[in-house]
Amino acid sequence: MFAIYAPINTPGSGLTHKLLLTRAKVPATLAIEHGPALHVAAGGDWVISEVAELDVRLRDLSAAAARSATIDARQITHLDTAGSWLLLRTQRALEQEGLPQPELLVPPHYADLIGKVRDGLDFGAAPSQRTGSWLHVLLDRVGCETMRILAQGYQIVGFLGQISIETTEAILQPQRVLPWPALATQIEDCGLTALPILGLLAFLLGIVIAYQGAGQLKRFGAEIYTVNLLGVAVLREIGGLIAAIIVAGRSGSAFTAQIGTMRVNDEIDAMQTMGLNLVELLVLPRVLALMIVLPLLTLYADVMGLFGGYIMTYSDLGLTFPAFLTQLQSAVSLSTLMVGLIKAPVFAAIIGLVGCFEGLRVERNAESVGRLTTRSVVESIFLVIVFDAGFSILFSVLRF
Amino acid sequence: MTDAMTQRDVVVRIRGLVNAFADNVVHDHLDLDLYRGEILAVVGGSGTGKSVLLRSIVGLTTPKAGTIEVFGHNIAHASARTRLSAQLRWGVLFQDGALFSAQTVAQNIQVPLRRYTSMSQQLMDEIAALKISLVGLPPETAGKFPSELSGGMRKRAGLARALALDPELLFLDEPTAGLDPISATHFDELILGLQKGLGLTVFLVTHDIDTLRATSDRIAVLLNRSIRTGTIESLIKDPNPWIQEYFSGVRGRAALAEG
Repeated sequence: MFAIYAPINTPGSGLTHKLLLTRAKVPATLAIEHGPALHVAAGGDWVISEVAELDVRLRDLSAAAARSATIDARQITHLDTAGSWLLLRTQRALEQEGLPQPELLVPPHYADLIGKVRDGLDFGAAPSQRTGSWLHVLLDRVGCETMRILAQGYQIVGFLGQISIETTEAILQPQRVLPWPALATQIEDCGLTALPILGLLAFLLGIVIAYQGAGQLKRFGAEIYTVNLLGVAVLREIGGLIAAIIVAGRSGSAFTAQIGTMRVNDEIDAMQTMGLNLVELLVLPRVLALMIVLPLLTLYADVMGLFGGYIMTYSDLGLTFPAFLTQLQSAVSLSTLMVGLIKAPVFAAIIGLVGCFEGLRVERNAESVGRLTTRSVVESIFLVIVFDAGFSILFSVLRF
Repeated sequence: MTDAMTQRDVVVRIRGLVNAFADNVVHDHLDLDLYRGEILAVVGGSGTGKSVLLRSIVGLTTPKAGTIEVFGHNIAHASARTRLSAQLRWGVLFQDGALFSAQTVAQNIQVPLRRYTSMSQQLMDEIAALKISLVGLPPETAGKFPSELSGGMRKRAGLARALALDPELLFLDEPTAGLDPISATHFDELILGLQKGLGLTVFLVTHDIDTLRATSDRIAVLLNRSIRTGTIESLIKDPNPWIQEYFSGVRGRAALAEG
């Protein structure tokens, strides 16, 4: 019926070809006769592909010096809603300039269409975006964000309180036992399946630390202290941090996505109407599983990190395994290991609680699942590092 | 355009369509024509492939065998250019509107306008407001996000977006599903009014016998792998048990008795 589009060059960009709709068989025409009786003659196909140009000309139409006006659209061969809109808008604009009842003549078989569009005329153009002065927008956004953060803080406090009460109740009432199968599943999901990636990353970090340490310490002839550097760095900080970050990325995000999807599917609402306890069924197994698993993962990361470091010291410095162990024993004590392991349950609680909290905050649309999953990972990694810094200060005060 | 002329003009021509998923044959050599200017309603029980039929026509599912011609082009084997030429002449309303969630309703409507025309922003805003009023939504809907709308409003907004480029052919996938009877009746009236006013050809997938009665010119009943087409009056006489049950069920009778 019509040719649909033709590629044309978009002005200003030589490379991009914008495919434009070309739907008119007969080119649209517009003739304007100024004078006491303004005469606007429209012809051809007034369809959506043509209206951009017609719009510019009609917007500039001035009725100055005119006492009456006629829009003659009887020569129009094809008309759609966009073309009808231009005709009706022009008629209204002329009317607003004070001309008495500008006449609009259209082919009779388009009377239905014109009538349909005329119903929508009074609405005019509504802005497609919420706009205002920049100051208004700025204040609005600052205010909204402040209120959001305050509301979130309030919610977190409430959530922590709820968790504390539920946990205490679960401990005090032995008949309300934990859902052990759920706990076991979570331990497998969060712990066992994380072993390959965590082992590899810890191993590589051990290599990196030993390599960099050996490079620097060799200058002083103190390369044997590479083992001390490696032992303290991996056991106190690196092992625990890398385990926590991997778990936040794998399991914290999974918690948010799982619980969030349940919210979208109305499963959370269904549980609530059955009188089931969300914290007991959803939050506790996950948080407890992480608190059991993360210290073990930290220990595993410590071993893999030291192993990576040993491989590096062996190939770079030619240190034998017994010599490595002897030096390591003199460098670190049990308390060095414990400093790293003590932090793990705290990190686990942070990751688990943030993951579940954000999951329960998901609204009933798919988009918020993605948004809050991202936020959950960012928040838990942020909090883990902040708490790690706090622990460093605490331990130095305690001279631990 | 006279009636005699439009009745000859076939917009969608389906011949020998076969759709199968694994061992499950959904369509077995279906033939179907959609004429210019009519509203064709497609009904059928669950699993008879109503949505698959719609998806095949618009090219979202590639059929196992058979040809589907839309505006005279075989969509499955057309060049990207030809396919686009057809795509710009049809509009599709998905079940829940399928609005882009990160954009306001007006921005949703303007997506095809921005991509395929060189209109000024001011004119695009006017056109969006016009489409919003055409589908019977209040003007302030323009600045709202899909998540702020009710299910019925999302469907209307989806319809406004489907109408953005003034299509000749409109596909509606269960437009009244999930609406209360009053909203459903209003939606039927809206579709009928738009079809008359804008001269649309409508392909309507529905479960709703009220919608069927209120809007459709012809009905295609998808049975187990086969298809029957005709008007309500002719289909009521069809001996097929599913058709008999469908039209003579309590709800079916009530809807038919009304008019």
